[in-house]
Amino acid sequence: MSHLDLLTVARGDVLNWALLLFIAGVVLRLFEIFGLGRKNDLARPRAASPGSGSRSIATRSFPPEGMLKRDPVTYIGGYVFHLGLLVTIFFFAPHIEFFRSMTSLVWPGLPTALIDASVVAAMVALGVLLAHRLNNPVKRMLSGAGDYLAWAATLLPLLTGYLAYHHLLLEYTLMLALHLFSIALLLVLLPFTKLFHAFSLFISRWYNGDIAGKKGVAA
Amino acid sequence: MKHAQQPDILPGTVGEGLAQRGISRREFIKLCTTLTAMLALPPSMASAMVEAISKARRQSVIWLSFQECTGCTESITRSHSPTLENLIFDLISLDYHHTLQAASAEAAEHAREQAMKDNNGKYLLVVDGSIPMGNPGFSTIAGISNHDMLVETAKGAAAIVAVGTCAAYGGIPKADPNPTGAVSVGDIVKDKPIINVPGCPPIPVVITGVLAYFLTFGGIPELDAQGRPKSFYGETIHDRCYRRPFYDQGKFAQSFDDEAARQGWCLFELGCKGPVTYNACATTKWNDGTSFPIQSGHGCIGCSEPNFWDAGPLYKALSMPVSATASMLGAAAAAGAAAGVAITWHNRSTKSAAKAAHEKVTVEELKREENEPS
Repeated sequence: MSHLDLLTVARGDVLNWALLLFIAGVVLRLFEIFGLGRKNDLARPRAASPGSGSRSIATRSFPPEGMLKRDPVTYIGGYVFHLGLLVTIFFFAPHIEFFRSMTSLVWPGLPTALIDASVVAAMVALGVLLAHRLNNPVKRMLSGAGDYLAWAATLLPLLTGYLAYHHLLLEYTLMLALHLFSIALLLVLLPFTKLFHAFSLFISRWYNGDIAGKKGVAA
Repeated sequence: MKHAQQPDILPGTVGEGLAQRGISRREFIKLCTTLTAMLALPPSMASAMVEAISKARRQSVIWLSFQECTGCTESITRSHSPTLENLIFDLISLDYHHTLQAASAEAAEHAREQAMKDNNGKYLLVVDGSIPMGNPGFSTIAGISNHDMLVETAKGAAAIVAVGTCAAYGGIPKADPNPTGAVSVGDIVKDKPIINVPGCPPIPVVITGVLAYFLTFGGIPELDAQGRPKSFYGETIHDRCYRRPFYDQGKFAQSFDDEAARQGWCLFELGCKGPVTYNACATTKWNDGTSFPIQSGHGCIGCSEPNFWDAGPLYKALSMPVSATASMLGAAAAAGAAAGVAITWHNRSTKSAAKAAHEKVTVEELKREENEPS
């Protein structure tokens, strides 16, 4: 099997199945979460709190007072990684082509030099965050195999994409195929690991903000 | 005016042929310098090439055409440096070639057999076209199946050049569903050095360059994992493309021949396969260096790669899925929703069952337990 054959399989059956499992998995998990439901809250709200859930989504996107100083690695590393990842996924022209083929939506891309910088920043941040996780006793204790798997599954598409673009380590076509395989792995794992926070983050944040507001805690 | 000035002209050599045709040494040095550059050899090798080829006997070449479209021959007849005329009269003795030879029928076959006999173990075998394995009758020459002719002719060859993607990898005849059971030369011949010169068709100067290399060094050039000479197939079209800076700037043509395409913007979004195609089109170009497909406004289709016909739609960008569709994803979402409903129903049933099974403990029961002697 030539490298191009491998790439064709990666762009074909492998990607198809990964996308199917990803979409089905995400919808399933959302149904599961919403289907669990909550008991009716019979208590009278302590304070009127319209918009408390939505406000929480915004306010909790920034560190609480003093926390940035107490734990700069987690906050700064987290921001750098997530922004780098988002820019890479959504603003690299070939990636936009992928989204266009699936949704017919199209938006302007960024020059590859900027994407390159985003990828490097995201990968460095991932490395720093892993080191911090391993060195911080509390974080280490809280971490399980699923966390390290999620970390690796996130790094691989970034790393293979970077290596492919720069023609490093392996021949370009082969590395591009590996890039697609790593994306397939990420897609399949995402709905069933902590990576699902990409979807559940704002739901849980809204719920926490809303219920806290009813209990009289300002968002 | 041309003057024969070669020193030490030996009888029966290329040098003698050049002298007889009035080709000057200066012209011959120019030709060898061009070939040296094309083959990515050090400049000093030009003089070595001059000496080697001058003293070499004209190389016997047998060219077999199997399941092919004659595009490869069309391509080589448009070679410009060396021209086909140069090649045939000065460097090689093309002893057998269906399309180019004057002889026909038995005389033609006799020419092949004679060349094989006279140059046993020394002749160069060039093949274009794939070999049908489904039924020998799919393609025959003088009643001989392609497979049998290849095996018979390959036995006495010094090396084989598989010209064109059909000979090198099976090409379009091998494309799904491969009705003739087409295979490449390398699938059949295992005991001879094979140089793959793929392309649909290959660039003329690549064909002649490879032949010149063999004449000069008597061996085969350094090959990549796909059996292609690295000097021509070492880099991707994309990396050498004059439109590449626009890719890096994120500037892409949106349709063929739109203003952006005319401005030289990248054709990636129109399905160009340049990033995964190893060939020299972007540097040597075609028609005496005039242009190449991307320059004329069409994306690369990846014709020098194995199985490129089956590598997804030609006009889909490389980053697009080969076959996934929005409706497929919609079906996946529906399946996920159905599974989600089933799981929700299961969870709620479990919850209801637990609630139903729950037994309330009364205060009296607790008091009774306290009063009972342990």
